Amino acid sequence: MALTLLVLLPVVGGLLVLLLGRDRDRLVRQVALGISLITFVASLFVWFGFDAAQADFQFVERYTWLPDFGISYHVGLDGITLWLVVLTTFLTPIALLCSWESVDQRVREFSFFMLLLEGAMIGVFISLDLFLFYLFWDAMLIPMYFLIGIWGYEQRIYATVKFMLYTMAGSVLMLLAIIWIAYYHQTVTGVISFDLLDLYALQIPASLQTWLFLAFTLAFAIKVPLFPFHTWLPDAHVQAPTAGSVILAGVMLKMGTYGLLRFSFPLFPEAAMQFAPYLAVLAVIGIVYGALVAMVQPDMKKLVAYSSVSHLGFVVLGICAMNVIGVQGAVFQMLAHGVSTGGLFLIVGMLSERRHTKLIAEYGGLKAVMPKLVGMFLLITLASIALPGMNGFVGEFFIFVGSFAEYPGLTAVAVSGVILSAVYMLWMFQRVNYGPLTNPKNKGLRDLSPREWVVIAPIVAMCIGMGVAPRIFLTPMEPAVRQLVEHVRGVTPVNAAAVPAEDLETAGPLDVVQGSAR
Amino acid sequence: MNWNDFSAVVPVLMVTLAACTTMIAEAFRKQRDVAAGRWFGVYGIIGLVGAIAASLSQWNQSLVGFGVISVDNFSVFFNITLCAIGILTIILSVGNADRDHLPLGEYYTLMLFSIVGMMLMASTTDLLIIFIALEIMSLGVYVMTALKRSSAEGAEGAFKYFVLGAFSSAFFLYGIALAYAVTGTTRLDEIGLRVASSALDPGILTILAMVLLLVGFAFKVGAVPFHMWTPDAYQGAPTLVTGFMSTGVKVAAMAAFLRVFLSTFEPLRVDWLPIITVMAALTMILGTVVGVAQTNVKRMLAYSSIAHAGYLLIGLAAGGAAGKAAILFYLVAYSVTNLGAFGVIAALSTPDRQHDNIGDFAGMWKERPGLSALLTMFLLSLGGFPLTVGFIGKWFIFSAAMQEGMYSLAILGVLTSVVSVFFYLRIVVMMYMSDETAPEQRPAVSPLTVTGLLIALVGVIYLGILPGGLLSIAADSVASIF
Repeated sequence: MALTLLVLLPVVGGLLVLLLGRDRDRLVRQVALGISLITFVASLFVWFGFDAAQADFQFVERYTWLPDFGISYHVGLDGITLWLVVLTTFLTPIALLCSWESVDQRVREFSFFMLLLEGAMIGVFISLDLFLFYLFWDAMLIPMYFLIGIWGYEQRIYATVKFMLYTMAGSVLMLLAIIWIAYYHQTVTGVISFDLLDLYALQIPASLQTWLFLAFTLAFAIKVPLFPFHTWLPDAHVQAPTAGSVILAGVMLKMGTYGLLRFSFPLFPEAAMQFAPYLAVLAVIGIVYGALVAMVQPDMKKLVAYSSVSHLGFVVLGICAMNVIGVQGAVFQMLAHGVSTGGLFLIVGMLSERRHTKLIAEYGGLKAVMPKLVGMFLLITLASIALPGMNGFVGEFFIFVGSFAEYPGLTAVAVSGVILSAVYMLWMFQRVNYGPLTNPKNKGLRDLSPREWVVIAPIVAMCIGMGVAPRIFLTPMEPAVRQLVEHVRGVTPVNAAAVPAEDLETAGPLDVVQGSAR
Repeated sequence: MNWNDFSAVVPVLMVTLAACTTMIAEAFRKQRDVAAGRWFGVYGIIGLVGAIAASLSQWNQSLVGFGVISVDNFSVFFNITLCAIGILTIILSVGNADRDHLPLGEYYTLMLFSIVGMMLMASTTDLLIIFIALEIMSLGVYVMTALKRSSAEGAEGAFKYFVLGAFSSAFFLYGIALAYAVTGTTRLDEIGLRVASSALDPGILTILAMVLLLVGFAFKVGAVPFHMWTPDAYQGAPTLVTGFMSTGVKVAAMAAFLRVFLSTFEPLRVDWLPIITVMAALTMILGTVVGVAQTNVKRMLAYSSIAHAGYLLIGLAAGGAAGKAAILFYLVAYSVTNLGAFGVIAALSTPDRQHDNIGDFAGMWKERPGLSALLTMFLLSLGGFPLTVGFIGKWFIFSAAMQEGMYSLAILGVLTSVVSVFFYLRIVVMMYMSDETAPEQRPAVSPLTVTGLLIALVGVIYLGILPGGLLSIAADSVASIF
C-alpha cells in the first residue's frame, strides 16, 4: 500500500484543497503544504524500509485491472526510482512554499494542480505496467499545462500549448509501440501483457527492436530534452511560474532520462546498444550547444533553462555508456541537477519577485544589498558547475569515468561542457552580484525572509550533503543499476575488446573511489 | 403473428407510445403553458426507462419479431445506448428547451420518434426496414435542426441537411434496389449467403450495390467526403439538438453500418477495405485540420465529430472481435462526452444568443467555475486524455488497429488526435488563461441541467477508470451476431 499511498496522498489532498472555500488562501496554502510534507515524510519511510542490497523491485503491489487486455495495476520501486520519488516529494513542498507570496490569485486551483502533478509524477516513476505508465505520463501534462498557462508570464499561452503539443506528439508513437509489444507478447507466449517484467523477458528480434526503440526514445528525447528536440524547453521555462520551473526542471525533465533507463534500453537492448553512440553524439552536441547558447542569454531564467539542456546531456551520455559507473553517475546527476537547478530557479524567482525582471543587465552589485541571498546563490551556482565537494561534481565525474571507457573522443568534447558551464554560470553570477550597484532600483532590496530561508536552506543542504556523502545515494541504487546494465548488455559485455571498459562495467563507483584512494 | 413478435419490439413500442403521448398532450396543451410542456420530458423519460428495462430483459434472449427485427445482444446494446442518449438529452433539455423558446411538443415528439427510428435501424435485419428506420430517424432530426424558427442559420443548416440527406437516401435506396436485383431479396442474411457464394467474382452490380450502401452510411456517420452537411447543421441547430444528433444519429448509423458491412458484406472485405481505409484516413485528417481553423465552438465540435467518425472507421477497417467491441465502446464513450460538451454550451446559451463563439468563453472560470471544470473534463475526454473515457476508447481502437497490423491508420490516428488536442485546448485556454472578458452576461443554469452534466461526468470518469465492465458487455454484444 505504501506506494499507492504516495500517489493517493497528494491527489486526494488536492481534491480536498479544492473543497476549501474561496478567499481562504492562507488556509489553502497551509493545507497544501501540509499534505506535501506528509507525502515527503511518507516517502522517507519508504526509503527507511527499502532494502539497499536488493536489485529487484520492492514495495510491489499488483492488482488485475483489465485482465482481457493484460493490464494490471502494478507498481514497485527499485534503487533508481527510490531517489526519483524522494526528489519529487522533496521538491514539491519547496515549490509550494516558494509560491507563498508570488502566487496570489487562484491559490486553491494552484495548490490543486501542484498536488495533482506530484501524484502523477510519482505515478510515472513507480509504474511497472506500460499502460499505467502511459496513463500517468499523459496525465502529468494536464496540471503542468494549467500551471504554465494560468500562473505564467506574458507569453504563457504560447509556451504552454507548445509544451503540451510537443510532448504529446512525441509520446503518441510510444503509445503505439507499447500496444505493439503487448501484442507481440501475445504472439510469442499466447498471453497479452503490458507488464514491464513480462516484457523484459521477451526476446524481440533485432530488426523490430529498431522501430520500437525509436518510438520510445523519441518520446523520452523530447522530454529530456535532447538536442534537437529542446526548443519547447526555453519557452516553457521562461514563461512558467517559479514553482512550475522548479518542478519542470527538477523532476519532469528526469522523466525522459528515467524513461531511457527503464524502458528504451532494457526493453530493446540490441537496438539500444546499436543506437547508443548516436544518442551519445546528440547528447554531446546538446552539452556544448546548450552551454554556448546559455552563455549569450540576457535573461537569467533562459540561461538556467539552456544550462539544463547542457546538464541533461551529461545524463544521457552516462546512460549511453551503459556501464555501472556511468549509469550510476547519470542517476546521481539526475538527482543533483534536480536539486541545484531547482535551487537556481528559486533564486531567480526570488530576484524577479523583488524586481519584476529576469534580465541580467538590470542587476549588478547585489552582494552589497543582499549578502545572504547572494551567498546562497553562490553555493548553488558552485553546485551547478560541479565544484568538487558539491553534488554536481559526483555525478559528472562518474559519468565521465563511465563514458570515457566507451566513447573517449566524445567524452573529451563533453568535458569542455564543464568548463563552459563554469564560464556562463560564473559570468552570470558576476554580472548580477558583483561590481558597482549602478541601478538605483536595486538599492534597498530586502534580503532573505525567514520563509525564503526555509525554501532555500534544504536545497543548499542537499547540494553540499550529496556532494560530501554521495554513498548514501549511490549504495541503494547500485544493485538495481548493476542488474540493469547486465540485462542490457546480455550479462557478458558486448564491448569485450576494450579491457579497461570490461572492468568498469562491473566496477561500481565506490570501488573506483576507494581504488583511487588506495 | 404471435406474442413473440410483439415481445421483440416492446422497447420500440414503449418509445413510440411515449412519442404519441407527448404528441397528443401537445394538442391539448394551452399555448404558453410551459409547466405542461415540462411534463413532455417526463413522458419521454418514462418511455425510455421502460424501453431500457424491457431491453435488459431481452439480453441473451435472441428474439425475432415479424421476421425482420432481430433482438440479439447487439441490438439490445444499441437500444439501451440510444435510450440512454435520449434520457440524458431530455434531462439536459428540461431546463433549457423552454428557456430557448423552442416549441416543446414538437421538440420532444420528434426526438422520441427519431429514437424509434434509431432503435429500429440498430435492430433490423432487412435492408428495406433499415431504409425506413433511417428515414424515420432523419425526418425527425431534419425538423429538429430547424426547430428554432427565428434562426436563419438553423434554417440554412436544416435545408442543407435535408437536401444532402435526401440525396444520400436516394443512393442508399438505389443500393438496396441493386442488391435486390442481384440477389432477389432485401434480407441481410440471404444477401449475405449470395454474396458469400460469389465472393471470388462478385460482379459489378454487387460491388455497385455495396458502394451505394456505403455512401448512404458514410453520409449518416459524417465521413469524408460525405461530411459537408455536418458543420452547417451542427452550428445551425439548437445546441441540444446538435448534441442529440451528433450522438444518436452516429450511433444508430454505425450500428447498421457494422451489421451490413461486417456480416452481410464481410465476404467482400477485400473490395471495401481499401475504400474504408482511405475514407478513415481522409476523415481524420480533414476533421482535425479544418477543426483547427474554426472560431465557432459548435462548428469546431462538428469537425471534431467528423474526426471521431474517422476513429470509428479505423475500428471498422480493423474488424475482428477486438475492433468491433472497440467501436461499441467508443460509441458510448463519444456519446457521453459529446452530450456533456454540448450540454454545457446549451446551458450557457440564451434565447437571443448562442454561447458558441470562442470569445464567449473568455474568462469563464471566474463566473462559472463548475461549468468550466465540467467542459474542461469533456474536452479532455474528447482529446483522449487519461482517466477519461475518451482515452480508453482511443486505446481500444488503436489496439484493434495494431492487432490487425494497420500501422499506418494507427499512426495517422494518434497524430491527428494530437492536432485535435490543439483545438480542444483553445477553449480551455479561453476559459482559464485568457485576459479577455466575455461580451455578455451568462444566464443562470437550472439544477436539472447540472444533474445531467454530472451524470455525463460520472460516466466519463467511471468508464475512464473502470472500463472493464462495459467492454465485456460490448464484446458479448458483438459475439452474438458476428
